[in-house]
Amino acid sequence: MKQIDFENRYRDGWEQLEQWLKSGDTDGTAALDLPAAYRGLCQQLAVAKERQYTNQLIDRLNQLVMAAHHRVYQQQTLRRNTWLWYLLAGFPQAVRAQMRTVLLATALFLLPALVLGIGSYHNDALIYSVMAPDQVLQFESMYDPRNRVLGRERGSDSDLMMFGFYIKNNIGIAFRTFAGGLLFGLGSIFFLVFNGLVLGAVFGHITRVGFVTTFYPFVIGHGAFELTAIVLAGAAGLRLGQSLVDPGRLRRRVALRLASVEAMKIMYGTFLMLVIAAFLEAFWSSSTALPIALKLGVGALLWLLVIAYFALAGRGAPRPDGAAHPENRGAA
Amino acid sequence: MLDTTYNVETPEGIDLRAQAAGPVPRVLAYAVDVFYRTLILAALGIALAFADRAGMGIWLLCSFLLEWFYPVFFEVMRGGQTPGKKAFGLMVVNDNLTPVSWGASLLRNLLRFADFLPFAYATGVISMTLSRHFQRLGDFAAGTMVVYRQAEKTATSLPEIAPLAPPRGLQLQDQQALISLAERHEALSEARQRELANLLEPITGKKDGAALDYLRSVGNWLLGK
Repeated sequence: MKQIDFENRYRDGWEQLEQWLKSGDTDGTAALDLPAAYRGLCQQLAVAKERQYTNQLIDRLNQLVMAAHHRVYQQQTLRRNTWLWYLLAGFPQAVRAQMRTVLLATALFLLPALVLGIGSYHNDALIYSVMAPDQVLQFESMYDPRNRVLGRERGSDSDLMMFGFYIKNNIGIAFRTFAGGLLFGLGSIFFLVFNGLVLGAVFGHITRVGFVTTFYPFVIGHGAFELTAIVLAGAAGLRLGQSLVDPGRLRRRVALRLASVEAMKIMYGTFLMLVIAAFLEAFWSSSTALPIALKLGVGALLWLLVIAYFALAGRGAPRPDGAAHPENRGAA
Repeated sequence: MLDTTYNVETPEGIDLRAQAAGPVPRVLAYAVDVFYRTLILAALGIALAFADRAGMGIWLLCSFLLEWFYPVFFEVMRGGQTPGKKAFGLMVVNDNLTPVSWGASLLRNLLRFADFLPFAYATGVISMTLSRHFQRLGDFAAGTMVVYRQAEKTATSLPEIAPLAPPRGLQLQDQQALISLAERHEALSEARQRELANLLEPITGKKDGAALDYLRSVGNWLLGK
């Protein structure tokens, strides 16, 4: 068959498909059996190649095949109830599945914090090894009980500003802690240890100075979400690093792909926790109107809640529909 | 072969083809995106200046969203193209050449920071340069790559000339050469086409315009006009 005859025979089908791809299937006017049209098109492309028709025709068909392929194989990630299932069971399950990495991240965060916490409680000068003097002064003035306002020096109208600041700063840190894991885990280790050191130093120093009544009620509430989330982001990053350091019997590229699927399951929830933390920190922790006992009580409750959530939620819960989790792409 | 062509075989037995995009257009596209983002932030800063500290909070929130989710939004909602990538005709796809998904786009953009280290995307550029399909670290983890979006080709016309049967024994290669000459009659200059036609003077026995007309007629015939 000559090329022009071939084109004439199938042109209508191609144009119909092109039209359909452009308009999308939103309007039911141009009904089209996409799989059938796509299979037919693939066959025509194969024939055109086999018969060595001109490049122009083959390019055009190739483009059309590609556009149709996108439609046929597009991944529908957002199914109904998936998010609900993720929150109720998927997230804590993913964290428990990486228990060893999470424990390692916790140790990397808490041990330096403990060392510097105890150290700077007993030694006045130690905090200056991790913070500049004016930063220390700023912290001291922030939590000075004589202050009317807690947190940063501010009026209550600027809660929104601090919310923006916490979102940008804290979530940025968590994201960087995660991304740093790609460098054989070193970045995550660095951020975990460094943040642990600073945190410990501030805790130790403020306790030593005696601003306990302002500092602890302030940090306990959002700390439940924020500190846990930083550790989880670090754990997700360490998981990436582990896949590169010890890929097992897989190629490093494949191991990284599989590990990143696991890591992302943790990161979605971590992001959510950090938003909650920023919200609490800006609008709850900073409030001076609430009695200290209430803030401590609620803070302790939140810690219990977070721990219970990760320990218990989703235990024995099967998948809602038995299908693979949408984030499992690449794992197959 | 030293080539940027990327092939994927589909279950239908068809090879999908794409051209992987190298570091230079990607860096330029990124620069364009940074420019747009800065512009948006500056505009927001001016617009929110009246709102004082609350405005500052909203601005910080927006700058956070722009920093981390600007590429994700465009890559998923706009067919793999941020405005910068669009300016350079690039698009992000999964490495099986399907449209990039939410998860993959989020991952590759979260890991952007690792590619940025130690400064100015040094790691990312090195990774792109060393890898077969110009992938940065985030691309490896997410299983994505950046390819050129092929321009829409407009149908070409054939020369207006009566078809003429070719001499016998014309090899496939010769046929294809004549066909592409006929197909490209608008793309090449007339003088160049005559020059090409003159190369065949020993065979066709014609020169210049006559030779070109003859070859075009044969091309038309071979195409089945």
